[in-house]
Amino acid sequence: MQLIGKTTNIDFMGHRRLAVTVSIVLAIASIAALIVKGLAFGIDFTGGVLVEVGYPEDSDLVVVRSQLADGGFDTAIVQHFGTSRDVLIRLMPIEGMDGNDVREQILQSLRSDGSDIDLRRVEFVGPQVGQELTETGALAMLVAIIMILIYVALRFQWKFAVGAVAALVHDVVITLGFFAMLQFDFDLSVLAAILAVIGYSLNDTIVVFDRIRENMLKVRKGEPVDIMNLSINQMLARTLITGLTTLLVLLALFLLGGEVIRPFSIALIVGVIVGTYSSIYVASATALALKITVQDLLPPEKGEHEIDDLP
Amino acid sequence: MQNRYPMWVNLLVAGVVLFGLLFALPNIYGEDPAIQVALQNGDPLNEAAVTRIEGILQGEGLEITDAFLEEGRVVVRFAEEEAQFRAKPKLEETLGEEYISAMTLAPRMPDWMRSLGLNPMSLGLDLRGGVHFLFEVDMEAAIAQVMQNYERDFKTLLREEKIRYRSVRSTDDKVYVVLRDEADRDSARRLIAAETNEVQMLDTTVNGNPAIELTMTDVQLRQRQDFAIEQNITTLRNRVNELGVAEPVVQRQGLDRVVVQLPGVQDSAQAIKILGATATLSFHLVDETNNPLEAERSGRAPTGSRLYKNRNGQPVLLKRDVIVTGDQITDANAGFTEGQPAVFVDLGPKGARRMLDTTRNNIDRGMGVVFIEQKRRTIERGGERVDENYTDERVISVATIRGVFSNSFQITGLTSTEARDLALLLRAGSLAAPIYMVEERTIGPSLGQENINQGRLAVGIGFLLVVVFMLFYYRLFGLFANLALLVNLVMIVALLSLLQASLTMPGIAGIVLTVGMAVDANVLIFERIREELRNGNTPQAAIHSGYEKAFSSIADANITTLIAALVLWTLGSGPVRGFAVTLSLGIMTSMFTAIVGTRALVNLTYGGKSVDRLAI
Repeated sequence: MQLIGKTTNIDFMGHRRLAVTVSIVLAIASIAALIVKGLAFGIDFTGGVLVEVGYPEDSDLVVVRSQLADGGFDTAIVQHFGTSRDVLIRLMPIEGMDGNDVREQILQSLRSDGSDIDLRRVEFVGPQVGQELTETGALAMLVAIIMILIYVALRFQWKFAVGAVAALVHDVVITLGFFAMLQFDFDLSVLAAILAVIGYSLNDTIVVFDRIRENMLKVRKGEPVDIMNLSINQMLARTLITGLTTLLVLLALFLLGGEVIRPFSIALIVGVIVGTYSSIYVASATALALKITVQDLLPPEKGEHEIDDLP
Repeated sequence: MQNRYPMWVNLLVAGVVLFGLLFALPNIYGEDPAIQVALQNGDPLNEAAVTRIEGILQGEGLEITDAFLEEGRVVVRFAEEEAQFRAKPKLEETLGEEYISAMTLAPRMPDWMRSLGLNPMSLGLDLRGGVHFLFEVDMEAAIAQVMQNYERDFKTLLREEKIRYRSVRSTDDKVYVVLRDEADRDSARRLIAAETNEVQMLDTTVNGNPAIELTMTDVQLRQRQDFAIEQNITTLRNRVNELGVAEPVVQRQGLDRVVVQLPGVQDSAQAIKILGATATLSFHLVDETNNPLEAERSGRAPTGSRLYKNRNGQPVLLKRDVIVTGDQITDANAGFTEGQPAVFVDLGPKGARRMLDTTRNNIDRGMGVVFIEQKRRTIERGGERVDENYTDERVISVATIRGVFSNSFQITGLTSTEARDLALLLRAGSLAAPIYMVEERTIGPSLGQENINQGRLAVGIGFLLVVVFMLFYYRLFGLFANLALLVNLVMIVALLSLLQASLTMPGIAGIVLTVGMAVDANVLIFERIREELRNGNTPQAAIHSGYEKAFSSIADANITTLIAALVLWTLGSGPVRGFAVTLSLGIMTSMFTAIVGTRALVNLTYGGKSVDRLAI
């Protein structure tokens, strides 16, 4: 079976103005969402206490909230987690108490009516650790981007490196924007997913660049736009199929992997879709905008220079 | 174009597959309930202990599946959980206090695998249930403690050498020795310099009197901090042993932090209380010449005394001078005396002598026991939430000294739980510096099992979807890719088992992602082969150049993903690292299986003969 019978001949780069417009609009919307709404940071980054409890039967959140309010926790965020028997309680750091006290008192409040609840998960992160995790997280993202930039610049050419990084910044910004827009929980696992998106987005871009380089060296004469179009068309089947298989497993993870891993799968699903699009449009369009030429890719010819130097 | 691998490459592929299968094999047997017995002091046990333990359990009529030595500990496996539950108290009772027994799970694999040193993957806390703590050691307090010791030592030193001083006083990081004149200062300086080279001395004046300001050298400061951490780790290990946990982790992290992981522990509150407790005792004489109520009203204690509160909130005046502190206690046991919960305490020789002197000279006077605990609370300062440390000190009992005693006595005035916890803490040793919990992650056992099930299902279904798609889309070549994918999974499991890196939920997510991405290499190759065929190349040439030309793309693509994974591994913490480990392993194994593995299969099928068309 073949998705694409023979090499297609779509004028991708001809549509690049439209694509760039779409990308810019999406990126601006994402940045706006990040500024206006901000990310819904989990306690990994803000510090605080998270308690997940299991009830033997369906639980009523109104009751749970009032029990917590009676115990002095009126600022607690209470929600069902996966099923209506699971309840997730989140609290910011509380004055005058340490994490252990908070957890004990939450459990006491919930058990006050004799409910037989099962403590499923407790996470406590001190304010200082939360700040450190935020800092190392941001650092990790920055370091990853810089190292990849260096690798691509060494392996290809700086214009390609800029294109690749433009594509992955595009993907990261839109994925983050998606999380800000819908106010999905942003925890450590989502951060890991974002870094995986960086890897994936790059993977996709590099494969296309690799073919562009191959074609440029083979054709030598010819417009960069045409070579790019040809390369993207040649790689189209691969780009789509790899995107598809990755999405298939991510879908399995999203549907079956459980509630804890869900934000992680969402981030990757969004990232893979955006990444597939950006490897087609953003990366090459950026390299084109930087006026990449065939000469940029040719190995420097040593001979000429030496002759010039002769007296 | 023959498309044949030399024999050694085929053998290499077969060897790698066999290696993967062998190391992954222990994972298919599952686990049995088990009990782990170790010596309290950490010495390894021998075969005789195995026989003895087997004897004890068989004497009870408990059914044992297997008993063996592992890293100096005896592991006993049971077929039934009930036998495990009954065995633990029995072992504790018969073996006595030098032994620790902990409930755990042991792999059900056959003995020959164990003797080869094979092991199944170790599961992270989020999969098996348990608690993870991150403690921060209060370094400032550790240094302040050292300064207080200097203060005491210098006072004694000056007194012994008959140098009269105005005062010796310690702050958080300095000690001030104030003297009467310059000549005394010179001799004091010489004396201290002869006694220790750990401090720097600076001449100064305090309230117009000649004085010496003593600070620690930087080297000394660092050594002290290292010492405080190491000492705390030792104490934490002792406490963890007292809790009876199998396979605990107690590790230093960074400059001033300690990670503690306790698999299988469910009551994290109790664990924190014991691990983080800084509770210690100090014994003081009661100030009987002044009125505590008077002191409370004025808010000022008379010189040489200090105002405390007892359990009922009433004021108590105790002398500042310490008779004995908790670190001089060598053994402590909880029990009852005259129907009241009590802690029976043994003192070391130094403490015993002090106690003897004090009690001999103070018959019929009062002695107070102060319970000291370091605590931390979150407060708001300048609009920001910060953590603040404070010391909670209260008098737990005041008793009249009825007779002379020295190295052995009891303390009352506690509830029975408090007595038990205090005895445990005094036994395990006190912390060199207070520690505070800065992070906790606890996973209940039911959630752990649920995570395992969901993880397995997600990997299984994800794998199945990809396999079906590949088979449908690339036919015979799809089958090759699928076999490579399967071997890839086996190899990830084998490497995780070999490295004993914990598999966590994010780790499973990494495996799932690898499954999706591992076929990418094959997609690249197969699409290239199709392209070559379309360009009119012969099948053999298409196979050859398909693999050849796709290689640089595959390498570049994987290296960049690997860079991202390595950054995650270096900078990430706990959950992120688990993901990075499986992702990196998966990328590396998939390069081998997808390129060399499938090529071997393709070559075996098509190589060395004339082929009209490829099933691709």
